[in-house]
Amino acid sequence: MAEPVSVARNVIYCGVCTLPPEYCEYGGTVKKCQEWLEKKHPNMYERIWSPEVLEAATASLSLEAQERAAKDAKKKAAKAEAAEQKHAQQLANSVITIKRIERNKRKYVTSVSGLEAFGLELKKVAKDFGKKFATGASVTKTPSGGEEIVVQGDVSGEIEEFLLEKYKDIPEDNIELVEDKKKKASAG
Amino acid sequence: MFKKDLGASPKQKLKSSIQRSLRNSLLSTYPLLTPHIDEVLPKKSSLEQVKLPDRVSLYVIEGQPLFYQQDNAGFLVPHLRLVHRFPQAFPTIRIDRGAIRFVLSGATLMAPGLTSKGGRLPEPKEREGEPVAEGVPNEGPDEEGRWSRELEKGEPVVVMAEGKEEACAIGLLVMGTKDVKEKGKGPVIEEAHFLGDGLWRLNVE
Repeated sequence: MAEPVSVARNVIYCGVCTLPPEYCEYGGTVKKCQEWLEKKHPNMYERIWSPEVLEAATASLSLEAQERAAKDAKKKAAKAEAAEQKHAQQLANSVITIKRIERNKRKYVTSVSGLEAFGLELKKVAKDFGKKFATGASVTKTPSGGEEIVVQGDVSGEIEEFLLEKYKDIPEDNIELVEDKKKKASAG
Repeated sequence: MFKKDLGASPKQKLKSSIQRSLRNSLLSTYPLLTPHIDEVLPKKSSLEQVKLPDRVSLYVIEGQPLFYQQDNAGFLVPHLRLVHRFPQAFPTIRIDRGAIRFVLSGATLMAPGLTSKGGRLPEPKEREGEPVAEGVPNEGPDEEGRWSRELEKGEPVVVMAEGKEEACAIGLLVMGTKDVKEKGKGPVIEEAHFLGDGLWRLNVE
């Protein structure tokens, strides 16, 4: 018996919608996918998106079906665009709050909330904070249901700088510094 | 089944005895995979299990999803990335162009998408040539993409698409392919795993 040869195929997946490129047209981000493919795999782009191929593909459908498919594709594209816009809007509206909380006289913790709106993973960012400032940094649940990062020590100013430098897509205006004085604890 | 995004639990390493039994059940479900089994499941690397909602477990090897299983008892169904790597190892049917977009948005696969001109259902016939190896049934697609054996109800099957090279979905047949030809309507595959669904997008790194 002949030695079985390695037959595993390496399939290229689209970097935008993760589907095999021939299915990009169903992904809803067709435009971006096309651009990506043209840049990365021009041969493949030629094979899938060249006008002759497209024509041959649509010719086999009945006129009615063609119309329906076109309408559907349009709807999907519009939907994807709307979603993107909404996302952008959300990004513009979301605010990162850096709060300095007095824990004891002259002792502070800094809490950072709102990072998840920018698609950051809180756990990883917390680790980075801890490394950068050489303090404890943890992800805690807030009473209102969300999650925030609590860093030990007063590092509010540094955190702002660090965030702006490391994650370029956070606009400076969206970061807010707040100071939270602890209410006079009635010493019992 | 995986239309929504999935929350996955952390990975768990599996005992080697479980790995062995999985390997055996994989081979008995997909005998055509026999020549490639060492490539699919290298003996050295260890298999990991990710538990998904609804009692589905996904098996992962070195960051590559391999197959998933319902209720720890059902069929092992390969992940589409595995199907893309070894397309010849799984029985296939083909849907026509018009059905692709519905399947890719998670609809139940209906018979007309298979019986129409662009669809391909199995056609039983004798195949020429010797089986590839001992214990491997001699079956496969012909030039047109028709599988050489009728597929039974409940069998896992890969769904190809007209005019495309890669598979677009995989699922269990709820109707045998013979019935599909006779009836020509009704659901054929329910709850498939398709390109771009939650399982596809799941990050297993």
